[in-house]
Amino acid sequence: MTEQILTTRMDAHPSDSHTLARYEQTGGYAALRKALGMKPEAIAEEVKASNIAGRGGAGFPTGVKWGFLAPSTPRYLVINADESEPGTFKDRQLLERDPHQLVEGIVISSFALGVNHAFVYVRGEYPRPARRIQAALEEARDAGYLGDDILGSGFSLDVTVHLGAGAYICGEETALLNSLEGRRGEPRIKPPIPAVEGLYAQPTIVNNVETISNIPWIITNGGAAYDAIGPEGSRGTRLFSVSGHVERPGNYEIVMGMTWRNLIHDLGGGIRGGKELKCWIPGGASAPWLVPDNLDEPITVQACARLGTMLGSGGIVVMDETTNVVAAALSLVRFFAHESCGKGTPCREGATWLERILERILHGEGRRSDLDLLLDVSDNISPGLRWPPAMTTICPLGPSAVSPITSIMTHFRHEVAAMVSGEVPAGV
Amino acid sequence: MSEMVKLTIDGKEVEVPAGELIIKAAQDHGTYIPRFCWHPRMEPVGMCRMCLVEVETPRGRGLVTACTQRVADGVLVDTKSDMVKKAQEGVLEFLLINHPLDCPVCDRGGECPLQDQTLSHGPGESRFVEEKRHFEKPIPISDLVMLDRERCILCARCTRFCDEISGDPLIEFIDRGNYTQVNTFPDEPFASYFSGNTVQICPVGALTATPYRFRARPWDLEAVESTCTMCSVGCRVSVQASQNQVLRLLAVDSEPVSHGWLCDKGRFGYEYLRSPARLAAPLVRGEDGELHEASWGDALATAASGIKDVIDRHGPSAVAGLGGARSTNEEAYAFGKLLRSVIGTGSLDARIGDAIDPVLLATGESRALIGDLETAKTVLVWGPDLKEELPVLYLRVRRAASALGATLIVIHPRSTGLDREATHVVRYRPGEGAALLDRLGKGEGDLAAVRAALDEGPVVAIIGRGGLTEAPGLASAVAAFVAGLPGASILPVARRGNVHGAIDMGVAPGLLPGRVAADQAGRDTLGEAWGTPVPAPGRDADGIIEGLADGSVRALIMLGTDPAADHPHRARATTAITAAEFVVSLDLFVTDSNRGADVILPVEAFSEVEGTVTNIEGRVQKVNRVAPGTGQSRPAVEVLGDLASRLGGSLGGPADALAKEIAEVAPAYREITWDGLAWGEGRDGLVAAAPDGGLPIPEPGELTGPPVAGMALHLGRVLYDAGTMVTAGPSLEKVMATPAAHLHPDDASRLGVTEGIAVTVKSRSGEAVIPAIIDSSLAPGTVYVPFNFGLDIGADPGVEVVPVTGGEP
Repeated sequence: MTEQILTTRMDAHPSDSHTLARYEQTGGYAALRKALGMKPEAIAEEVKASNIAGRGGAGFPTGVKWGFLAPSTPRYLVINADESEPGTFKDRQLLERDPHQLVEGIVISSFALGVNHAFVYVRGEYPRPARRIQAALEEARDAGYLGDDILGSGFSLDVTVHLGAGAYICGEETALLNSLEGRRGEPRIKPPIPAVEGLYAQPTIVNNVETISNIPWIITNGGAAYDAIGPEGSRGTRLFSVSGHVERPGNYEIVMGMTWRNLIHDLGGGIRGGKELKCWIPGGASAPWLVPDNLDEPITVQACARLGTMLGSGGIVVMDETTNVVAAALSLVRFFAHESCGKGTPCREGATWLERILERILHGEGRRSDLDLLLDVSDNISPGLRWPPAMTTICPLGPSAVSPITSIMTHFRHEVAAMVSGEVPAGV
Repeated sequence: MSEMVKLTIDGKEVEVPAGELIIKAAQDHGTYIPRFCWHPRMEPVGMCRMCLVEVETPRGRGLVTACTQRVADGVLVDTKSDMVKKAQEGVLEFLLINHPLDCPVCDRGGECPLQDQTLSHGPGESRFVEEKRHFEKPIPISDLVMLDRERCILCARCTRFCDEISGDPLIEFIDRGNYTQVNTFPDEPFASYFSGNTVQICPVGALTATPYRFRARPWDLEAVESTCTMCSVGCRVSVQASQNQVLRLLAVDSEPVSHGWLCDKGRFGYEYLRSPARLAAPLVRGEDGELHEASWGDALATAASGIKDVIDRHGPSAVAGLGGARSTNEEAYAFGKLLRSVIGTGSLDARIGDAIDPVLLATGESRALIGDLETAKTVLVWGPDLKEELPVLYLRVRRAASALGATLIVIHPRSTGLDREATHVVRYRPGEGAALLDRLGKGEGDLAAVRAALDEGPVVAIIGRGGLTEAPGLASAVAAFVAGLPGASILPVARRGNVHGAIDMGVAPGLLPGRVAADQAGRDTLGEAWGTPVPAPGRDADGIIEGLADGSVRALIMLGTDPAADHPHRARATTAITAAEFVVSLDLFVTDSNRGADVILPVEAFSEVEGTVTNIEGRVQKVNRVAPGTGQSRPAVEVLGDLASRLGGSLGGPADALAKEIAEVAPAYREITWDGLAWGEGRDGLVAAAPDGGLPIPEPGELTGPPVAGMALHLGRVLYDAGTMVTAGPSLEKVMATPAAHLHPDDASRLGVTEGIAVTVKSRSGEAVIPAIIDSSLAPGTVYVPFNFGLDIGADPGVEVVPVTGGEP
């Protein structure tokens, strides 16, 4: 049974997995040759049959998304490489260590979607990944995998790499498109969805790096083969970034369905220094936290949904027993407040307010009423405080700032209350 | 009729046009959904989040912003559910946590959407105990607008207005998140002709206008609805005064004309009304040769006897009248009746040699309305730079091109405000318009695409005089060409406040009230109504000025006109008026034109008299009185009436009586009554139209060619010129433009001129020394000089440009 799709090459050839020579030598661009002999619709069918879901955060089925693409031309494919979610560093590895896998995925996907110009939007803080993907694109162009009349197929594709300027919100697809157009990085009101009216108001598919890196494998092996990996609803492998208080932080490609205990204690090597696990963020900073009671739950989309959280961007942040959860929540809320673009009122004002309440509590200036206030301010950003969230905001950034609050108030309310009442000393 | 859909709002089933936004559909059916960022004249942005409502569709139930969600069949909208209420209270609390709540010292206090909606939809108290966000405040972002970023709720109404509506995006959000703020770009002030609109649409007191700041509390203001008369577009306004002083103008949305916008000249120009230079009493020239204050009785007696004396010695045709274009229709009508019926002269003109043929302005042939721009496929602008002369018409044309997809053709001697939106920009040297029209008609060369666009109807052509050196007949020739195109209509435009109304009132030698030609039949009919003969057409403005100079015209009556500033040959006009035997002036100020007059009679101005005015499309609208004139000023209608009775005649009473008389004797105004013009929701005046189809487009006459020698002079108007309306108010005076000679780079290098150095512009009529500006938008061989800055270069087509020796930049 397949255990690895995305990381085999980089594991086997750590020194040069990013080069075209190694990529070709390990079977690279065979999928492209195959794809160019297929009908574009047939490729899209394979992707749909694979049941792969987006790996950027929202987890929307890729084949279904592709199906929304409006018929008018030109149309664009945009690769979201603005990997900014705290605790997430998987796309970085794919860009640095196996960029041709992504390039091949881009060319196949573009062919399938009728796209002649694709973009890779790389976060500004990723200079090496940007250089690697740029170099790979140049190698691919020189080798005829990109540019005019690719491999004699008559299909032409240009790919532009664009560096972001340091805004988290530009990982949100519509803000990304604004940024790419040279506008302020602010989310757009949906509808229209990008597939109908996206980049330069043309039909646009925005897909994550990891999603598209899977496309060559799917074409080579068929959608059905991919759909046979992992449990129903959580097909395929996923690359998880494990960080925090574990012995062996790093990226792990696993077949979904494994338990959290396996991932944290076996692959991650357990809690650092023999300490006890307190809680973990299962899918990037936006995701509500899980606690040791959940260790034997499977890592699947469905299980996470049942627990009121998500696999999101695949960033797992592990916290041990020594963690001051108020300080941890503040760190996350401060990040979201700092990264709020300012467009929507509840996010702009609410995230900063939450940050300041947490600051007060942490500095020993908390009031008993702050516990309810934290929850009610959160409720005014994300009514009902459930997951997936309802929102008074334009995009999910606001509810993301609420996740740390609901997490500590659900699992560690007593710790917050003790800090407010002065039973335990405040301070980081 | 568009397709209708049925949906339910708060349990009530309503039927609304498909595609309508929920917020609008609800409002049209009596449900007000609170909002800050949504403005009906701009694209929705959905960012304040105040208009959240609960919507149930087949896909589920949830909160959506009513300003971005369009109606659909069968949708259930709940604007008052517990969830909605909590969300709205939450948003208001968020908006208020950093708001300074300095309402007692805020201009907006008392008419503030944030205050109002906090009361109606907000929480009772704040739970925010932290220190509020601070910014330096207020900061001037232009000479006219101050910005308080602490009050700002970041709704983007102002930034969107500048981007979408006025097309000068000089303010923008900077920074992000909690520190997001509106600001200007470094070293680029918010120098927009439309900046005041951002103050009016700001839902808080973040943007305030320097002319109005701290002048009044809104509840102390007395307001009347009226029509802006700063130019001839005729924007609907609310004029607001306190203690007998006009303190501000606000735009009132009118679908056919202004869409709720005003230019800053219209909005802030009212300051001239309370200028300390304003005349407070009649002035009569004494035996010492100086002007002295006099009683109304003495002044009127002197005026009447002076005119009578000239009539007695030289006959009535030695008397002439200039003016009326800044007056109401009733005043202009009284002026014309005084001259024609009481005095018996046919020499009268509301223009000052600076407009197009009055018959073209009054023509009934293929006339367009401003509203036709909404459905035009092609828009042709061949005439003035609309942004400089008719700013709100510029906004409407800009909208047609940028938002509605019309093909825009702009033909002008240099770049105009509309060029960026134009599909085709055609430049030409003044004097070469006739040749260009000929080539355009044939669709020659590079004009083929333009010609083809003109075949794509409906076409709306805005036609006026591109510059003051242009032959006035060119506009008639263009109009005749356009009227011959299938599906085309024309909007002939002249700029001055009520020039269209004055022409309609017959203040032009060839026209009688109601767009009637002053031929024998017309004169007979009018004479019957008036009970006096109506003289044959006399001289127009240029003829009057020539006549004054050569002594064939002896007496001049001026009604609110300033030829010494506004006539293209201002020196010639000044000399002529000085040469006149007897001059009576009805005005607000002592100007270069009436400084030598024998009698100056102070009259009441805009906002001080009731009456009607007529805009570029022939729409007649009311102006109303909210404050008295300065000192002893009287309504011009009364002054003219008193003058008439002292000359042994009668004009027929106060303005409302004259309005009834106009409806009787002026055919195009037959349906127009003050009652019918009363302002109200959706009541935006009435369009005058000649009952018999009206006058045809006039023959263009001889069209002067390009200058035989030297460079072609283009004299164009700019919004903030040195006219009295600008200079008599402190706010607009600050933004007044400065004149310069604009030269094409090729000409500049040929002449050895560099940017900023002084050059002499010389014509047969005179010369002026002004700085040079290099302007690549001009056709080579053209020099552009903005008009009405007191320069004495005249308006001859050919000029010489010589760098001043040692003319340092």
